[in-house]
Amino acid sequence: MESITRDQDSPTSQNEPENKWRRYFSFSTDHKVIGVQYMVMSFLFFLVGGLLAMLIRAELITPASNVVDRPLYNGLFTLHGTIMIFLWIIPFNAGISNYLVPLMLGARDMAFPLLNAISFWMIPPGGILLLSSFLLPNGTAQSGWWSYPPISLQIPPGQPINGEFIWIVSLVIIGISSIIGAVNFVTTIFWMRAPGMTFFRMPVFVWSVLSAQLLQLVNLPSLTGALILLLFDLSLGTQFFKPLENGDPIIYQHLFWFYSHPAVYIMALPAFGIFAEVLPAFSRNPLFGYRSLAVASLGIVVVSIFVWVHHMFTSATPSWMRMLFMVTSMLVAVPTGVKAFGWTATIWKSKLHLETPMLFAMGGAAMFLLGGVTGVMLAAVPFDIHVHNTYFIVGHFHYIVFNTITMAIFAAIYFWFPKITGRMYAEGWGKLHFWLTFIGANLTFFPMLPLGLQGMVRRISSYDPRYQGWNVVASLGGFLLGVSILPFIANIVGSLLYGTRAVNNPWHATGLEWTTTSPPPQDNFEQIPVVKRPPYDYGDPKYSVIEPPDYHQQEN
Amino acid sequence: MNRGVIHVDESPIPLERWRRYLPTWLKRFLPIRGGRAEDHHGKGMFGFTVFLLSESIVFLSFIFTYVALRLTHSQNWLSPGISGPELSTFVIISTVVLLSSSFVIQRAENALQRNQINKFRWLWLMTICMGTYFLIGQGIEWSNLDFGLSTGLVGSTFYVLTGFHGLHVLAGVIFQIIMLVRSFIPDNYNKGHFGASATTLFWHFVDIVWVFLFSLLYLW
Ligand code: HEM
Ligand SMILES: [Cu+2]
Repeated sequence: MESITRDQDSPTSQNEPENKWRRYFSFSTDHKVIGVQYMVMSFLFFLVGGLLAMLIRAELITPASNVVDRPLYNGLFTLHGTIMIFLWIIPFNAGISNYLVPLMLGARDMAFPLLNAISFWMIPPGGILLLSSFLLPNGTAQSGWWSYPPISLQIPPGQPINGEFIWIVSLVIIGISSIIGAVNFVTTIFWMRAPGMTFFRMPVFVWSVLSAQLLQLVNLPSLTGALILLLFDLSLGTQFFKPLENGDPIIYQHLFWFYSHPAVYIMALPAFGIFAEVLPAFSRNPLFGYRSLAVASLGIVVVSIFVWVHHMFTSATPSWMRMLFMVTSMLVAVPTGVKAFGWTATIWKSKLHLETPMLFAMGGAAMFLLGGVTGVMLAAVPFDIHVHNTYFIVGHFHYIVFNTITMAIFAAIYFWFPKITGRMYAEGWGKLHFWLTFIGANLTFFPMLPLGLQGMVRRISSYDPRYQGWNVVASLGGFLLGVSILPFIANIVGSLLYGTRAVNNPWHATGLEWTTTSPPPQDNFEQIPVVKRPPYDYGDPKYSVIEPPDYHQQEN
Repeated sequence: MNRGVIHVDESPIPLERWRRYLPTWLKRFLPIRGGRAEDHHGKGMFGFTVFLLSESIVFLSFIFTYVALRLTHSQNWLSPGISGPELSTFVIISTVVLLSSSFVIQRAENALQRNQINKFRWLWLMTICMGTYFLIGQGIEWSNLDFGLSTGLVGSTFYVLTGFHGLHVLAGVIFQIIMLVRSFIPDNYNKGHFGASATTLFWHFVDIVWVFLFSLLYLW
């Protein structure tokens, strides 16, 4: 990066505009502003979704159904799942990717800045519309985030604007926003790379974003298509999915899972990318097997397109199909295993610096082990038939969506907080946040695995008293998780106001984003860098110009 | 400290070897070494193509639904007394008009590339007329059918598939009108260039989709 001339350690950006918080409430086309907008918005939805989860856990602490009535309970788990997937993880990933991808590529902005702003601004209306369905006389959608027909079509007559209708419309809006976003990301990654930034010099995070967005492009339209047909069935009298009128609800399941299985990788791939950035930085090691990790992302894309039927083993699926998809599902373990092996080998025998981002990354990567193993167990047809629709499933995917992906998101927030805000966060509060989260998450989600094995069915508000023990543990863990968010908020707000100024590269990391100021100036780089080195050169004697880091020390 | 240290790695750039084997058009489309941000036309066309690939999956999901329903319900596909969509000469003419408009619009775009602005306008206008003809034809056909949206599976699938395609034709015609108007505004001339290329691509896409829908709906 020969063309960067400015003093790398100048403490803050010179061109901080006055009143810059106002920018975050405006229709800006700067990818950094949009990225922050995405992240903050999705965090607010995370709080809402978390609140719903705590209500669910409050209901489940006793075997009786006594906290909320049943329709409301159905609405709670439906919106909880929908919000967490479509308004927390996916938009947050879009936000952090928006912020980082142009910086990591050495670009001034995304390929289509205006479209970028448009795709962000579609989400708040979609999300608010979704939440507004709580106000409807018949409440929100109640058929779960799958919204399987015919259950989702069983709406009392004479309710043209019902919760299900609102649910579909808002998901279509959010989906269109994601597709536009995906077009933008893929074009950015292909066209906006700085000179010399070849594909195999891109950080693994960028590879992960590319892979996740490819999945959005190929698979998300099938959900949109399914939802449009469902909407017609619901409101216009068509018969696609109505079994009593020759329609076929199984077709909906195929279209739905054709998206929603890859969706789990749309959510997980950026998290894998975050691990690949954080783990090397805090173990001062080059990322192990960079190329295989990069290519494994694409491997995951290819395989995960062909596994959706593993969600339908109990849907009258012919056995040849079950066998086929059992095998493909287990194949996913190969590229995923490559990833996990790469992370482990990266930190192997190195001196770990256990700062907060590293704690979250290691915690998340470790929990992925349990999530992935339960996944492979579920891919086995006989086992899946036993536990399908039980709490085992809930345990499995929460180990992944919360204990892995949400932890990775926190790792990313702490890791790039200095870059984004120009301030350091408070380490003590961060560690407190980590331990509360880690303990709370395991207390919440581990009990679900034995509960499921014992046969406790999901999506019920009352249950046999013999399941109560583990449920109490899970509920207490859930409340602990709720509490764990408080030190996080305190830390973020406190550091924004009073945190020490961050230097440009507090972790001595190697990505291009660390070569510009914190926060980066309007156009990211004083001059577009020319890239002449591989992405992870920690500790490599050939590049060992980088001194060991001096975490949290003021360097001026 | 890491004061702007330059790391130099003179190892050969990966992928560079493969680049030799890529055809020129692919190289234009997939910049390998980065640094193509200033090629706005290429970038825009790349993004638009990616978008169309995604859009085609929505059509595919509808087509999948149609095929799956039709395979499992071949017995009672038509409700009693309903004849289903018929391959009339009227439909065939509409189809021929729509498909040949792809050639017209391509010639229009070529003319624009060569700066033959008048030729572009005439051919472009002709495409607009052909697209409009198709839309009107679809309207007439719809109003003459003896089944409606909720008449069994045939109604559900037929109207949704042709309707979704018709919406795309409509969007294409609207884009075309916008581009035609723009071609009279001097300042917009360069922007119109990308718009016209994208519209042309979109129009080809709409036509290809129609080939599939036509075969499935009328010939099966
Ligand atoms: C990488 C991240 C992963 C995520 C985010 C994830 C997420 C999920 C989610 C959300 C569900 C529940 C869907 C529902 O019914 O509501 C689920 C179920 C399932 N997962 Fe995963 N999963 C992941 C990895 C895996 C892997 C690696 C496998 C297998 C190799 C797997 C196999 C399954 C199976 C078979 C089910 C269906 C269980 C059933 O409903 O009977 N998952 N997963
Ligand atoms: Cu799956």
